[in-house]
Amino acid sequence: MSDFVNGFWNMYVMVLVALSLVYCLFVLMSNRTEKKVGGVQLHGNVWDENIQEWNNPLPGWWMGLFWLTVLFGIAYLAMYPGFGSFKGAFGWTSLGQYEDEMKKAAEKYDPIFNKFLTQDIKVVAADPEAKAMGERLFQTYCSQCHGSDAKGAKGFPNLTDSDWLYGGEPEQIETTIKGGRQGMMPPFAHLGADTIKDAANYVRSLSGMAADSTRAQRGKEVFMANCSPCHGQDAKGNTAIGAPNLSDSTWLYGSSEGTVTETITMGRQNRMPAFQEFLGDAKIHLLAAYIYGKSAGAAPKAETK
Amino acid sequence: MSSQATYNYKVVRQFAIMTVVWGIVGMLVGVIVAAQLVWPQLNVYEWLSYGRLRPLHTNAVIFAFGGCALFATSYYAVQRTCHTTLFSPALAAFTFWGWQLVIVLAAVTLPLGYTSGKEYAELEWPIDILITLVWVSYAIVFFGTVATRKVTHIYVANWFFGGFILTVALLHLVNSAEIPVTLWKSYSAYAGAQDAMVQWWYGHNAVGFFLTAGFLGMMYYFVPKQAERPVYSYRLSVVHFWALIFTYMWAGPHHLHYTALPDWTQSVGMVFSLILLSPSWGGMINGIMTLSGAWHKLRTDPILKFMITSLSFYGMSTFEGPMMSVKTVNALSHYTDWTVGHVHSGALGWVAMISIGSIYYLLPRLFGQKEMYSVKLITAHFWIATIGVVLYIASMWISGVMQGLMWRATNADGTLTYAFVEAVKASYPFWTIRVIGGLMFLSGMLIMFYNMIKTIAGKKPYNAPVVAPMAAAA
Repeated sequence: MSDFVNGFWNMYVMVLVALSLVYCLFVLMSNRTEKKVGGVQLHGNVWDENIQEWNNPLPGWWMGLFWLTVLFGIAYLAMYPGFGSFKGAFGWTSLGQYEDEMKKAAEKYDPIFNKFLTQDIKVVAADPEAKAMGERLFQTYCSQCHGSDAKGAKGFPNLTDSDWLYGGEPEQIETTIKGGRQGMMPPFAHLGADTIKDAANYVRSLSGMAADSTRAQRGKEVFMANCSPCHGQDAKGNTAIGAPNLSDSTWLYGSSEGTVTETITMGRQNRMPAFQEFLGDAKIHLLAAYIYGKSAGAAPKAETK
Repeated sequence: MSSQATYNYKVVRQFAIMTVVWGIVGMLVGVIVAAQLVWPQLNVYEWLSYGRLRPLHTNAVIFAFGGCALFATSYYAVQRTCHTTLFSPALAAFTFWGWQLVIVLAAVTLPLGYTSGKEYAELEWPIDILITLVWVSYAIVFFGTVATRKVTHIYVANWFFGGFILTVALLHLVNSAEIPVTLWKSYSAYAGAQDAMVQWWYGHNAVGFFLTAGFLGMMYYFVPKQAERPVYSYRLSVVHFWALIFTYMWAGPHHLHYTALPDWTQSVGMVFSLILLSPSWGGMINGIMTLSGAWHKLRTDPILKFMITSLSFYGMSTFEGPMMSVKTVNALSHYTDWTVGHVHSGALGWVAMISIGSIYYLLPRLFGQKEMYSVKLITAHFWIATIGVVLYIASMWISGVMQGLMWRATNADGTLTYAFVEAVKASYPFWTIRVIGGLMFLSGMLIMFYNMIKTIAGKKPYNAPVVAPMAAAA
């Protein structure tokens, strides 16, 4: 046992636990009193004018309860770990119980999930049973960020539309769930506030939103020099690196001039955790199918508003 | 019979009045955080958000309300049962002003977000040092008074108060060992599972000594006084005192079942938590049986009603506690509202009610009066408080068991039946009932405040003459 770094601590715990149980028994044994003949007496002392004490014996049922708990304690420590490094008659450990339960669960549940693993995601997506299982998995593991309706929130992508940061093909969705994603846009504060305002106006003009045309004109040059390497000259983004399409009406953090300015100035850091190790292939396969099914029926987004 | 010297009632008066004031403040913050769970939009500013106010609530009710009640009653009882005035009035005065300063500093720093992150020990290191100074002074005043007593035997209430004062000093010093990095930031001296174990050794003994032993001391003085009956059993008080203070020390690990804490530690914690049942009940038996032969007084005396009801809640929550420490039960109850209900059955039912009863006993006597301005208002306070507690703990039991069952429910394919948010949604009705229960308890404190003002307004503070010890009446 790693927590007993040497034999001393084992002895230390054993002696203390044993002495403590003996102490409880001693307290009980040394206070057994017979009911006095001729009724209960007052103990003799008087405090503060009228505080006195009867000398009633300990209630029998109360002592019985005390005995019972102490004896239970001794029996428990004989069966379960607690008495120093003594493992207990049952040889029980919490790790052992966990591994045992996980093994039993795997035997029982793995076949239910594995039968979908060999099927194509598009096929799984159409299977009603798989869809119900996928939804339950989604509610447990994904809804905290993407929402119970999978429509996302600020910073958390909507999974029900046809717009995808890293691609919406079944295999791409599966890769995203397995490995997670690290979204990173660098900050451009060095360009200066005025230049950034120009760029923000240009970006807004791409999706048809209100923009200062003079600033947008100047902003286009800024965009081509600083933003196009990732977002593309046409600003339609790049799913290989998760660079968003800036010409549509989908905005992960918001489309107001203030928010766009903030995004350019400060950059953005975002992260979806990897689930490969936690959920395993079979559950991820079902989840990918469920999410693919959610967006597959969605109408393509209008390019501009 | 009486000598010229008088008892030091000044510091008792100060603490007694502040008990009522801090009770209102602490419970008001409690009602606010309860309402924030039902209506999250009430989290208006960051310094008034749930995360900042919740530790303010716990600190205010435990250390401001409960602490002032303990100071007031222990200072009163120790003088009167030792038949001498308080040792070192200057230090006693320091404990009052020092403790109020601690409370005010807590009320400022916690909403600002300064915290050491340890539950019930959130205050940062400069305040920890002030607490230490106040507590050492408290010990000097208390044990100095006991040492200069005019009677041979030390009354049982003083053992409990003494055990509480010594142990809380030890708990505070060990758990608050920390390394300061700036004026308002420090890091714990311990790490990982050891840090968690030290924290819950502290946390559970804060319950055991601050909220149990201290208030048992209160019970042992004020129940026989108000009932005008002798304590039921001297022997039981001896046995349950030594068994209680010893066994509580072991119970902390039950807060860390199914965590990284080693298996053997969890088992030992569970075993001694179960053994704690009888020692805890010893106090309840002694308190309730003291009324034996005087049950009729319960009909007319609302102060006794408070005291006996508090002992009933004490018995209930000290039965519930050992049961919840059983690992199988804990697997269901842990992290749910059941824990919150359990704590409040102890905190509102036991701690607050025995304090309220004792303060109602004290207030008129500290101002030379025979009784409170209105006994009817005490009765009203009793009923509104009792119904409030029942609503609170019953709603938390239901929502707690419901949450535990929802979290562990699985489908035929092994997936969870309910997303976490579904359990949250299902809890709303019970959280609303909790707000109502809390509001009722708070209203009772407002009635008490009114009654207190009416009792003491225009009355001269009174210091009773020291009573000479009576010859043993054997």
